[in-house]
Amino acid sequence: MRSRRVLITGLSTYWGGRLAQALEQDPEIETVIGIDRRPPKLALERTEFVQVSDAHSLIRRIVDAAEIDTIVDTRLVVDSIVTSRARAHENNVIGTMNVLAAAGGPSSPVRKLVFKSSARYYGAEQDDPAFFTEDMRRPHPPRTPIERDICEAEANVRDFRHKNPETTVTVLRFANALGPDLKTSWQAYLNLAVIPTILGFDPRVQFLHEDDMANCLEHAVKHDLDGTFNCAADGVLVLSEVIDLLGKTMAPVLPPWGTGLATQALARAGVPIKPEILPQLRFGRALDNRRYKATGFRYQHTTRETILRLREQQRLEPILRGAVGGSYRYESAVEEFLRFSPSVRQPNARPAPLAPANSAPRARLAGEQQEREQLAAAPPRPAPTAYGSLPAREIQAILPSLSPEDLRALREHEVANAARTTVLRSIDRLLAAPATSAR
Amino acid sequence: MADDTRRSTLRQPTQEPSRIDEDDRLALVEDPGPAAASAKAVAEREPDLREYLAPIETERQVTDWGRSERVEGFFDRTLIDFYYNLWFRCEVEGIEHVPAEGGALLVSNHSGALPPDAPMIAKAIKEEHPHPRPLHLTVEHFFKGYPGLSMLLPKIGGVPAHPANVHRLLADEQQLVLVFPEGRKGTEKLYKDRYRLRRFGRGGFVEAAMRARAPIVPIALVGAEEAMPIFAHIPALQKLTGLIYFPITPLFPHLGLLGTAYLPAKFKIRFLPPVPTDDLGVDEPWEDQGLVQTIAHDIRATIQDELLDMLGKRKSVWFG
Repeated sequence: MRSRRVLITGLSTYWGGRLAQALEQDPEIETVIGIDRRPPKLALERTEFVQVSDAHSLIRRIVDAAEIDTIVDTRLVVDSIVTSRARAHENNVIGTMNVLAAAGGPSSPVRKLVFKSSARYYGAEQDDPAFFTEDMRRPHPPRTPIERDICEAEANVRDFRHKNPETTVTVLRFANALGPDLKTSWQAYLNLAVIPTILGFDPRVQFLHEDDMANCLEHAVKHDLDGTFNCAADGVLVLSEVIDLLGKTMAPVLPPWGTGLATQALARAGVPIKPEILPQLRFGRALDNRRYKATGFRYQHTTRETILRLREQQRLEPILRGAVGGSYRYESAVEEFLRFSPSVRQPNARPAPLAPANSAPRARLAGEQQEREQLAAAPPRPAPTAYGSLPAREIQAILPSLSPEDLRALREHEVANAARTTVLRSIDRLLAAPATSAR
Repeated sequence: MADDTRRSTLRQPTQEPSRIDEDDRLALVEDPGPAAASAKAVAEREPDLREYLAPIETERQVTDWGRSERVEGFFDRTLIDFYYNLWFRCEVEGIEHVPAEGGALLVSNHSGALPPDAPMIAKAIKEEHPHPRPLHLTVEHFFKGYPGLSMLLPKIGGVPAHPANVHRLLADEQQLVLVFPEGRKGTEKLYKDRYRLRRFGRGGFVEAAMRARAPIVPIALVGAEEAMPIFAHIPALQKLTGLIYFPITPLFPHLGLLGTAYLPAKFKIRFLPPVPTDDLGVDEPWEDQGLVQTIAHDIRATIQDELLDMLGKRKSVWFG
């Protein structure tokens, strides 16, 4: 199944925003709708944002009204640095339940669900295997509230898969992501000037670059991948190697016994080490990423390269001091004007967001796309009698809703009468790619 | 020591017949089919992900398993070289039984409070084998949680003894893996029980080799029992230190850290003919617990017999 109409839950998360940016670039995707409690943090061109809570009845109405075929759930909070414990629980467990309730059922138009999970699902324990594969259950009960949430959310997704065998369910377990725009507890830890480690331990760690993370989600939307997959960069480093690559000093000051207490003392002194990375600082964790690679996905960065990128970023930070990024603010009135106003002629007038490195070249003007969607949602009009008087833009907007036969007829009509090149080119393009018009 | 004492005396495989009777073993198999067909069936069930293993980054000195060329090389050149050549004067037989390529599971008896057998076997393969290969030593999960050792052991080739780890090394990465099926029961046994093999776990090592279709190479090692014999255990101090046991050896605990030194026993390492696990004629031999236990038992008996043979010929603990 080809995903055409995508709903992203958790649009204001970095993950959701990056995915929306990537999907916008793809002309095959007709509609991208994002929902969240808070407005998006990344600049988006044609993604429609609906500010809504996790209530399943509201999500269901959006799903039905927009005939969503793919839901990508990027909401899961996997880091206690992001929000409070109670809110994380509400979001992770109750929120997931609601999204699944909105996606499931016999009458649902949803055919694919992509669920973003975390490698925290596996935990980090003494008797772990060196590489977790997707079939492994975590050997011990969860230790931190976040881990408990993740396990519960995944259990709900498993249940959903069982009850909706028609729906393709993709669960992606991500390793700890690093990148200039992310805020994670690992990133905060590695940004410390001197990095405290546990005395006598040198754990194996594995990361994922933020670009790869966005690409992983995009890959799951564009392919039918039923099952669970680990997403982690190639290469497992030991922590001392990481600190060495970052050019920092390793300080084995955390005692092997009573580490928790020492961490709390450090936190009071202003050195934040979040409790969920402590087991990893002791035992480490690595994932077997081969199953996802076997589906055709390629990582752009190895763990080592991810660390080197982080180092570049750390060197630049004192010079830039927040000059880059953070400049975007979502203003709903402006966004709506840009998307829907008939006065907008140059939809790309605003500075373009940084496109992901490997995203497809922009195939069409995004504004054209917008209008097309809007009109496509309405019942298809028959080729009007006063056809010649319609402006080219409007004709182009109707085109995708027409069947190939109608298109051919329309083309002949156009050649015979106005013979506008823009219209002809649009028709040709649609005829060349029949998949887009077969709705 | 004269150099020739530690040179391998290459034996012909025909000289010492394998203790596992081929006919007996096959008689246990209910439906012997062509091995090639079963290999194909297994491959279909488990997609071969070998080609997706992460490529080696040449800039790195530490492998994905946490093994460090630098640290390993340092120990190899200094401490292990000293013990191998001068202290234990290792004598190796049958090194040709270690395959030059492909995965293989090496199985040895285990002894000594701080067992010196694993590094000596690894060194023997490095020194004597025509195609020296790295050996991965399986170590108990306990060490991953113990400060210091947790840091050091992976660097010099230790891998936690998890079935998934062994499988990945044997099947996917085609490496040599050394296991001690006796585990802790082997190292904590007292001097009076020396060279009497403990139970070989639950046969897990045979299962791992079968799944990876890797041969098992039994090893008999004489000398480690005398290098650091245990006379008694002190359970109270064991609890206090959090170690897996707290032994009394000739030098420990009364000499403190010096107590970790070994007595200069003469080491003899005998590699035995490999036992193949991919020609059993069944699709999933590891599902057949009877077969697994039989092979585990046979291998244990092979090593035990070989040990008794070597001990019978040994004239002196210290000079061999």
